Amino acid sequence: MATRQREISVAEFFTKNRHLLGFDNPKKALLTTVKEAVDNALDACEEGGILPEVFVEITPEGQDRFKVVIEDNGPGIVKSQIPRIFGKLLYGSKFHRLKQSRGQQGIGISAAAMYGQLTTGTSCRIISRTGPKRPAHYFEIHIDTKRNAPEVVKDEVVEWNREHGTRVEIHLEGIFQRGRRSIEEYLEQVLIANPHVTLHYKAPDGQEMYRKRATEILPIEAAEIKPHPHGIELGLLMQMLKATRARNLKGFLTTEFARVGPTIAETICANAKLPPTARPSRIARQEADALYRAVRKTKIPRPPTNCLSPIGEELMLAGLKRVAGKAEFSTAVSRNPAVYRGNPFLVEAALAWGVEGRDADSPADLVRFANRVPLQYQQAGCAITKAVVGLNWRAYGLTHPRTALPQGPLVIAVHIASAWVPFTSESKEAIASYPEILKEIRLALQECGRRLGIHIRKKARIADAEKKRSYIQTYIPQVALALQQILSLSEASTKKATRNLTTILEKSRKF
Amino acid sequence: MARRGRRTAAQTAIDKKVIDRITEQARDVYNRIRRLKKPELSFPIRSLSNVRYDVRKGYFEIGRARKSRTLTVGTVRTFAQTLRMMALSKELVETNDFATKRDAYYQSKNWEEARFDAQEESDAVMDDIEALFSTSGLNREHLRFYPEEKGGDIAGRLTVIDRDWETGKKIRIDCTAFGSGAYSVPSSVEHLEFETKAKFILVIETGGMFQRLAAHKFWRRANCILVSMGGVPTRACRRFLRRLSEEKKIPVYAFVDCDPYGIANIYRSLKVGSGNAAHISRFFSVPAARFLGVTPQDIVDYKLPTHPLKDVDIKRAKDALKNDPFFLHHKPWQRALELLLKMGVRAEQQALAKWGLNYVMEEYLPRKLKNPKAFLP
Repeated sequence: MATRQREISVAEFFTKNRHLLGFDNPKKALLTTVKEAVDNALDACEEGGILPEVFVEITPEGQDRFKVVIEDNGPGIVKSQIPRIFGKLLYGSKFHRLKQSRGQQGIGISAAAMYGQLTTGTSCRIISRTGPKRPAHYFEIHIDTKRNAPEVVKDEVVEWNREHGTRVEIHLEGIFQRGRRSIEEYLEQVLIANPHVTLHYKAPDGQEMYRKRATEILPIEAAEIKPHPHGIELGLLMQMLKATRARNLKGFLTTEFARVGPTIAETICANAKLPPTARPSRIARQEADALYRAVRKTKIPRPPTNCLSPIGEELMLAGLKRVAGKAEFSTAVSRNPAVYRGNPFLVEAALAWGVEGRDADSPADLVRFANRVPLQYQQAGCAITKAVVGLNWRAYGLTHPRTALPQGPLVIAVHIASAWVPFTSESKEAIASYPEILKEIRLALQECGRRLGIHIRKKARIADAEKKRSYIQTYIPQVALALQQILSLSEASTKKATRNLTTILEKSRKF
Repeated sequence: MARRGRRTAAQTAIDKKVIDRITEQARDVYNRIRRLKKPELSFPIRSLSNVRYDVRKGYFEIGRARKSRTLTVGTVRTFAQTLRMMALSKELVETNDFATKRDAYYQSKNWEEARFDAQEESDAVMDDIEALFSTSGLNREHLRFYPEEKGGDIAGRLTVIDRDWETGKKIRIDCTAFGSGAYSVPSSVEHLEFETKAKFILVIETGGMFQRLAAHKFWRRANCILVSMGGVPTRACRRFLRRLSEEKKIPVYAFVDCDPYGIANIYRSLKVGSGNAAHISRFFSVPAARFLGVTPQDIVDYKLPTHPLKDVDIKRAKDALKNDPFFLHHKPWQRALELLLKMGVRAEQQALAKWGLNYVMEEYLPRKLKNPKAFLP
């Protein structure tokens, strides 16, 4: 046996477990590839402070094969980083920091490149340029799946008409379909959550889509923060103790964590019965557990929330309008930041009701976003869906089957922004159901629901009044007629009775 | 409704009262409307909570509780229908005609927006109107709304004096002269007059027992009138018995199955009325009724073949002992029902056939009739 034991590379692992990354079937593979590249393009542009303009082009190349090109006007990538970003899994700038961004793990784009390589044998091709005075670099990168390392096939300087930006080209096997969970739907939803994006899209069947940005204002840049002590686990704490450059425990606590100043650091040390001057590397081996427990016990202010960049109520509404079209009523709610496991997060919800062209008894459309990225698969397993289904929408005048989405001409959008969104899997399709997250989603939806309820009830009141009027007009003459028959009233008296009755009933509020 | 009939003097008096009351109600409503006030109609509440057993009168009486139906947007349709139904009643009286429940429903099809969509609606409005006018001593038949079903079968020492609907001429009907058949009580009996020298009226639950007694002319031997109810007696049958027994001062003896249904439903309804229609018991109850048999004690005395009580029977008997004002008032009845529950059995009238087909008229009835004082109240 012993001779058969050997190391497995991450790339090999994901070759066999491609479904974990969203490449379970050819249709989804095509979508995931576009999605990963667009996520990266938008992250890059925003970090460079540039209003994003993204080009997506999918060209058919024979039976079930496509060339996917995604191009952005971002800040470009420095030459030396290009091979590893696209040719090594779990390599990235976003994993080791706490900041709201679309990508988190450094898997997505290299996994797409690997999938393309696996299904078509073609290497991933990149052009990137960091400024007008810098050259544009062209790379062809092959992934050595055994070593999880890039192999540069081609590296040359080329002419490129773009001053700065990145162009990724991946050839892959896939299936192109329109309709639900299609690339169009995904791009439309990207636009809801990212009104500052201009998008060009050319589908494999030649259809083109162009959407100009709805706002010229870039989202507020999210700040990078240090981890909050309450979000840390023992293993990570030990790792940090080992790696820190701080010379004593107090220094370690104040420099590596958010919201820990000298006073709190000393309280933690006292709670752990450790001297503030202890060497972090020693503690890592011996008293880490005591320290971990002390951290949990100590009261520490909530993490800073400037690491979050909400879309905002106004832009949520504008975005919703872009997809839902004309709606009778729409509203949006942005919650204040909250914390789960030491990670700040924020929930935003918007809904449109009386959406034109939508059926009154079909279930509502639910659009989910995490850090401005639309989530299209695994709706049932997502905390957002759970919260929507679990809310009592009947209280707001809607039809709501107990275990399903509410019904009506309704579109609901929910956005969760966090420095670390807890996805249920690496393919980032569903959000894990932390109680704090569920609660915030519920509160946001409740507020939207209350406003909707007011609208629906007002509408019902108007309809009631209408019915009342028609009721009065229909039956009053019958009352008068019966009185005329019994009492042999004259025409004039009958008319007078009719008029009086109308007056009496119109004054009456009781129905 | 073009045909006009003749009426008797008594009828004319009642008809005048009907027209007066309807006009009064309508004028009330109209006057309020003229003063720009919300018109309302007030109806007696028809539920057990508004019923009491009047021992002196001998029947269930509806209490004083009223509910008023104020004209609002929500009630305007029913309000209009109630008034139109009253207008129809007035018209029927004026033209000396009548309408069955179904007739009235179809009449309403002519009322434009006030028409009824289903007969249940018109029946409910009719019940309301009946309750409304019952407080003035008028019943549905007085309002010229006749029930669909006919009364029951009569044989024996009775002459019924009916009238020709068109000419008003008297028609004498001899109830001994129907051979193997019987005189059938009409659906409205208000206009009938009676001549009789009978000593009592025997009301019988089942058609089978009636046939036996009628065919063997038991009425001749016992000098009585035989009436077949066929289960719970109809309105016409109850009214017929009430008028006959009251006007001719003859007792009514009930001869029904010995089970909680025969006792608590058929006999109790016949004698004092039912809980949810107490507003009509002043016309339809027969306080003169006494319970001849079959009694629970008869099961023992005559060794009758029995069947076990069903769950519904037990429930009905226990309910009567606990809630029914009639049984709560009469101790002998409580003892009888308790005995029945203790035995856990029931017996049918026809069980007497165990001792021979004609045992019932040769032995059972004569022996019982010797001592009417022993009958259950």
